[in-house]
Amino acid sequence: MIALLLRDLKLALRAGGGFGLGLAFFLIVTVLVPFSVGPQSSLLSTIAPGILWLGALLACLLSLDRLLALDWEDGSLDLLATAPLPLESVVTIKALAHWLTTGLPLVLAAPFLGVLLNLPVPGFSWLVISLLIGTPAMSVIGTFGAALTVGLKRGGLLLSLLVLPLYVPTLIFGAEVARRGAMGMETQTPLLMLAGITAATIALLPFASAAVLRINLR
Amino acid sequence: MTLTVTDLAITRGGIPVLEGLSFTLPAGKALILRGPNGIGKTTLLRTLAGLQPPLQGRIEGAEDQIAYASHSDGLKPTLTVVENLNFWASVFGTQGIQPALDAFALNDLADRHAGNLSAGQKRRLGLARMLVTGRPIWMLDEPTVSLDQNAVKMFADAVRTHLGQGGSALIATHIDLGLDGEVLDVGPNKAKPKPIDDFDGGFL
Repeated sequence: MIALLLRDLKLALRAGGGFGLGLAFFLIVTVLVPFSVGPQSSLLSTIAPGILWLGALLACLLSLDRLLALDWEDGSLDLLATAPLPLESVVTIKALAHWLTTGLPLVLAAPFLGVLLNLPVPGFSWLVISLLIGTPAMSVIGTFGAALTVGLKRGGLLLSLLVLPLYVPTLIFGAEVARRGAMGMETQTPLLMLAGITAATIALLPFASAAVLRINLR
Repeated sequence: MTLTVTDLAITRGGIPVLEGLSFTLPAGKALILRGPNGIGKTTLLRTLAGLQPPLQGRIEGAEDQIAYASHSDGLKPTLTVVENLNFWASVFGTQGIQPALDAFALNDLADRHAGNLSAGQKRRLGLARMLVTGRPIWMLDEPTVSLDQNAVKMFADAVRTHLGQGGSALIATHIDLGLDGEVLDVGPNKAKPKPIDDFDGGFL
């Protein structure tokens, strides 16, 4: 399992691996927002938590179609399915590698992009905490979507349509944590809901992903 | 380690392709799978490897024993030859890729990225992967595609060594590898006709 994780990290970091694409997308989306809504800093600081969460979510979505598709195309998924590793752990490791190469950089970049949107000072820590708890769920749900659409030609758009509705609960509670934190309000309830959603997806979805992957490999 | 297949029926995309297939593959033997295109050789190998369920019939002795090589090699172009082999060695929990490098003359290419290899060299690397799996039963689907004569000989030698060590191999191929083993001809006539029941008999 460690070998698979290390290989996926290595592949992501080497040329053409796509590392940093999500980060660049996040940066550009955040920069475009003041252009579209105008430069009033009071308006920007009100919408900053929501925009940052939406930007991180879309950046995460961008890299999902490569998650299993590359392994499918070169036949390594077939070979992994006949290897001693259970498919459940293969998809879990894939999700973890995706989070390490996409989710974690987004979490680390978010406070710097918060400055661009005039995020209120108390909001920074809550933004990082909410993203840190929420992005693993996005990777796990995304892996499920990727397993559903693996093998489809140009399945990227379908993948987005399938995955975006599943991101709604994470987005609602994650953005709520960041918004309440920025306004200096109590954050416990949405934070617990967000953590609960993440825990549930990590516990349940790998089994669903492995099951659909098994069917798709036939 | 004997693979026994009894009355196997397999499907491709919901359409039955082979029915009533029975054979045994004892340790130390090779079985060459022959048959026209589209007859279900790949489907048979995928079914035996556990990638898809059979329609009916029994497969015994296959669980966790099979190393499968499909048409595609499963190689990562941005990893080197050694990194590719090391990855599969750790997935299968085996040690030492040196015998595999030697058997397919990959030592000179060890630090090259797989993406920079020619089609035949990639094929050799894909076949070298079979050696690092440490599994006793090899399932090979058209292993000699894009190999030159020398590499075909290399491959046949590797299979012979594997058989000598008590392994076995099921190989779908259209060329003669000069291996000691039986040939299993699969064709449409392999499908067993159903016995005529009384109603049909009366009608005839």
